[in-house]
Amino acid sequence: MSAPVTAVRRSGEFFAFCLDALRGLGRRPVQVREFVQQAWFISSVSILPAALVSIPFGAVIALQLGSLVRQLGAQSFTGAASVLAVVREAGPIVTALIIAGAGGSAICADLGSRKIREELDAMQVLGIDPIQRLVVPRVLASMLVAVLLNGLVSVVGVSGGYAFNVVMQGGTPGAYLASFQALGQLPDLLVGEVKALLFGAAAALVASYKGMTAKGGPKGVGDAVNQSVVITFMLLFALNFLVTAVYFQVVPQKGS
Amino acid sequence: MGVEVAVQGLTKSFNGQPVWSDISLTLPAGEISVLLGPSGTGKSVFLKTLVGLLRPDRGSIVIEGLDLPRLSERALYEVRKLFGVLFQDGALFGSMTIYDNVAFPLREHTRKTEAEIRAVVTEKLDMVGLVGAERKLPGEISGGMRKRAGLARALVLDPRIVLFDEPDSGLDPVRTAYLNQLIIDLNQRTEATFLIVTHDINTARTVPDNIGLIYHGHLAMFGPREMLLSSTEPVVRQFLNAQRIGPIGMAEEKDAEELAAEAQAGVELPPLPPIPPQLPPSDGRPRRAERPPGQWCREHGVTPPPGSFTGAEWSGQRDHQAGPVGTGGGPR
Repeated sequence: MSAPVTAVRRSGEFFAFCLDALRGLGRRPVQVREFVQQAWFISSVSILPAALVSIPFGAVIALQLGSLVRQLGAQSFTGAASVLAVVREAGPIVTALIIAGAGGSAICADLGSRKIREELDAMQVLGIDPIQRLVVPRVLASMLVAVLLNGLVSVVGVSGGYAFNVVMQGGTPGAYLASFQALGQLPDLLVGEVKALLFGAAAALVASYKGMTAKGGPKGVGDAVNQSVVITFMLLFALNFLVTAVYFQVVPQKGS
Repeated sequence: MGVEVAVQGLTKSFNGQPVWSDISLTLPAGEISVLLGPSGTGKSVFLKTLVGLLRPDRGSIVIEGLDLPRLSERALYEVRKLFGVLFQDGALFGSMTIYDNVAFPLREHTRKTEAEIRAVVTEKLDMVGLVGAERKLPGEISGGMRKRAGLARALVLDPRIVLFDEPDSGLDPVRTAYLNQLIIDLNQRTEATFLIVTHDINTARTVPDNIGLIYHGHLAMFGPREMLLSSTEPVVRQFLNAQRIGPIGMAEEKDAEELAAEAQAGVELPPLPPIPPQLPPSDGRPRRAERPPGQWCREHGVTPPPGSFTGAEWSGQRDHQAGPVGTGGGPR
């Protein structure tokens, strides 16, 4: 089979898989226990790296903007610029990287090893749909954790940027906060959370799909995890672009 | 209380490569059948097709009037509750203890209380001799124990059809003998329809009521045990007696040249070994599906090889791939 045909077929199968997962969403019984366990697991592997990544991320943005804004002579807007950058873009992106890298790879490895040990076949034979039993709770857990993680990353990133700006760059706390008020608005935070929600869903869906279609023994699982992380990253950046483009079209910006 | 499984014209291929085609057989209700075949002939694929994990290209599988390949995904999940399947390595859920593994189908499908579940699980674990290992994880027990735990889980919903995917692979001959006895005893107790997929000829010669042989992408023969064991059909004869002389070669089948050379050299097939008696249930009472030894031969005017049904030691080559004792899963 030629490569383009295979690629189209895989995409189609992935789409069908997403629809199955969507349908499984409404089916009883709801797997509350699995959902809670997974949410706990994903947050336990992602909170610390997310916090540690977001501090330098906030600082780098503050550093870049600090010098740029000074060159332009708009020091009073440093706060606004760095907060908006963190909340709108950096927060969701950091969340996406962590969710895909830590949560998604764990989901994919877990389901992949179950697949090659025939656990998923056994489950189907026992009359249980693995999509409803395993995938749906993981997707929901990943979405929830992504949204919460985005909040955490935003808070840590903004405080990091604030500390950096005020302590190291000699900015004034008042100007930082006031300018944020002048340009930022609530939809900025909301779009960040919507992005995180979508990223969480996409990362878990890709990871689950790749895990459940793993084949060829332990090496197959390794390949599946590798592919799932790479595919998720590409997908998330594409999604990010789309959501941002739509956001600027739909929500009027302050002062424009 | 077993049910009949009627397979008609079943064909399956992967990416245009046929695995097997036009398989037709009927697993009689309540009887033990064995499906044999050289390695790589798609025996496991057949098993997975039978429970609807794989869809065949053509053909029908009729169980209680339902044609499996035509069923919707949701209806399939209902029909699968009739089945119990023992996978090769047990396919236990690695994150759950043995107890939780066996209790899993009950918790998912029934509204039993934990006390009732405990009673059923303990009974099944007792049946397979695993009492005392409830709190262990699948990674902590031997391959033979994993298989028996998988069997307990497969039996917990009282299936009408039980499928065994190579129950003897990776087990030493002693454990295999115990497992074979367990299969006979379970059939006596549950009267479900059993299908065992294997390439262990010792199992095939002593356990089943019926034998089928898949060879070169088709079903060479399917019928009562005595019919195949007394058959002079070259493929059946070669495989059931583990001989090198015959149409099966190292790589699937011998080519015509080799066969002609063999015929010219006048290689004589060794005489058929005696048909061994069937393994009896351990409590001495007969199984419902059991037939008296020699009945088929008498009814069809076939003279069984001398020494048959006397329990005389069968002297053919044994084909056991005995792994390290009791740790048949390999590293994980």
